[in-house]
Amino acid sequence: MIHASLKELASALETKQVSSLELTDLFLGRIAQHNPTINAFVTIDAEKSRAAAKAADAARAAGKAGPLTGVPIAHKDIFCQDGWRTTCGSRMLEDFIAPYNATVVERCNQAGLVSLGKLNMDEFAMGSSNETSYYGPVRNPWDTQRVPGGSSGGSAAAVAARLAPAVTGTDTGGSIRQPAALCGLTGLKPSYGTVSRWGMIAFASSLDQAGPMAHSAEDCALLLNAFAGFDAKDSTSLERDNEDYTRSLAQPLKGLRIGLPKEFFNADGDAATMAAIDAALGEYRKLGAETIEVSLPSIGQSVSAYYVIAPAEASSNLSRFDGVRYGYRASEYSDLNDMYAKSRAQGFGEEVKRRILIGTYVLSHGYYDAYYLQAQRIRRLIANDFDAAFKQCDVIASPTTPGTAFKFGEKSGDPVQMYLSDIYTIGVNLAGIPALSHPCGEINGLPVGMQLIGPYFSEHRLLNATHQYQQATDWHRRTPAAFA
Amino acid sequence: MAFTPEDVQRLAKLARIELGPEQVNATLGHLDNIFGMIAELRQIDTGGIPPMAHACDVGQRLRDDLVTDGSIEQRDRCLALAPESEAGLYLVPKVIE
Repeated sequence: MIHASLKELASALETKQVSSLELTDLFLGRIAQHNPTINAFVTIDAEKSRAAAKAADAARAAGKAGPLTGVPIAHKDIFCQDGWRTTCGSRMLEDFIAPYNATVVERCNQAGLVSLGKLNMDEFAMGSSNETSYYGPVRNPWDTQRVPGGSSGGSAAAVAARLAPAVTGTDTGGSIRQPAALCGLTGLKPSYGTVSRWGMIAFASSLDQAGPMAHSAEDCALLLNAFAGFDAKDSTSLERDNEDYTRSLAQPLKGLRIGLPKEFFNADGDAATMAAIDAALGEYRKLGAETIEVSLPSIGQSVSAYYVIAPAEASSNLSRFDGVRYGYRASEYSDLNDMYAKSRAQGFGEEVKRRILIGTYVLSHGYYDAYYLQAQRIRRLIANDFDAAFKQCDVIASPTTPGTAFKFGEKSGDPVQMYLSDIYTIGVNLAGIPALSHPCGEINGLPVGMQLIGPYFSEHRLLNATHQYQQATDWHRRTPAAFA
Repeated sequence: MAFTPEDVQRLAKLARIELGPEQVNATLGHLDNIFGMIAELRQIDTGGIPPMAHACDVGQRLRDDLVTDGSIEQRDRCLALAPESEAGLYLVPKVIE
């Protein structure tokens, strides 16, 4: 049962082979057993989870079950969940009990999904390795000496270790796709505006987007169905009819045009990673797809543009943490300004402070045009590149990450090296388009992820392509030996 | 790009984050490296390219200007999260003598 897909779990619940309470207890038991090793969960409240499971069982008995009623999942600790501690990986919110539900959480609750707890993450989603969490690093279930990726590292590790069948994540520069790749999962960042950001603690508001992480594309589609859609509470939520993200899964891939950006397929790529990607592309060709070369001339500037825009937005968003209305307040201070400065110095970790300072600089008088406006102009060039490429192809493929999971401490001393690990994923956020990562191979026992990128609102197409690939391959079913 | 300790202190002051001398030095090195990377942006010709503030060029929706904020109970739950509050108000150190 711990390896079952969401569809299989839903079917087992439907046919009364298992109750939601039994399933919930099964996963809570796994969490109790394995979380001390991998530290994927920061908050567990078995009583609340079991109460939700009982309610789901009662709803089913009363004939009021939806397609996922009673299935357990878990939420990244960036989502406010009413009555649950919501830390965002920070000391700043160590004692913050959310007084309301994020829309994502609310919709999952309404769908009858049972929350198993809150998942560890890089502090305020700023990091690519989960080493910036105040609650300690998450360990990669494939090799506990290595990072799970970030910032949704707890989310990825929980699914890889079979502590939850599927989870929520958020992606500002690759924070769903990169950990999905390093932990052997399928993870989707939807088009910007598809999933409500209400109640999701803001990092860089023009880039942040929530999405599903699970074993397969089909599971991602089912979970996205539960929480995507227009929400009047988020002013950037797009007013569109709800979609069924499973609708194209069965479509054959004959004639699918996969674009390979020459900027990503060159001699600079890691040889073993590129070999795994080439093998996956061979599989896609067998399924009827064709590959063509495309070009994204400005993509090389995406990391630099991102590290102007994201810190600028973060410095503004994180100004709300001032020790007045919620969050950490220093115990000793001389006056109001000193209280702000000390509370923020003690409540935020090093990476968060660094990014606030970068953002403060690029927005400050005399530098705004040279950095912030220039980065926004380059952002448009990058978005235009994708538009032009999608005139020639349906989806774009690339590696998700430059290599497999790295060791703790390997990059944490050098922010630039850490930032460059998101080189394949960041352009997608700047353009606002959807992308997913799916497992496509292993190098020395560590998973490799392939990224598929599509034009706006092409989630169903990305999920379709991946689903067809996953019908023909079994990389997404591999389990780390210690958690089988 | 070379930041001075004074530059870093000025930024820290603007951002309301206290930094000790050791942290200033560590931050300075990191900022030099990061802006060394970012500097490439300034070489790019973006003449005539409008800045892109947002992923999708749609206007902001406006909602009706109505009082919609919940209840006294919800207010009290929010106030309970404050480090210090009293009589429905947030408390801060005295700013006017």
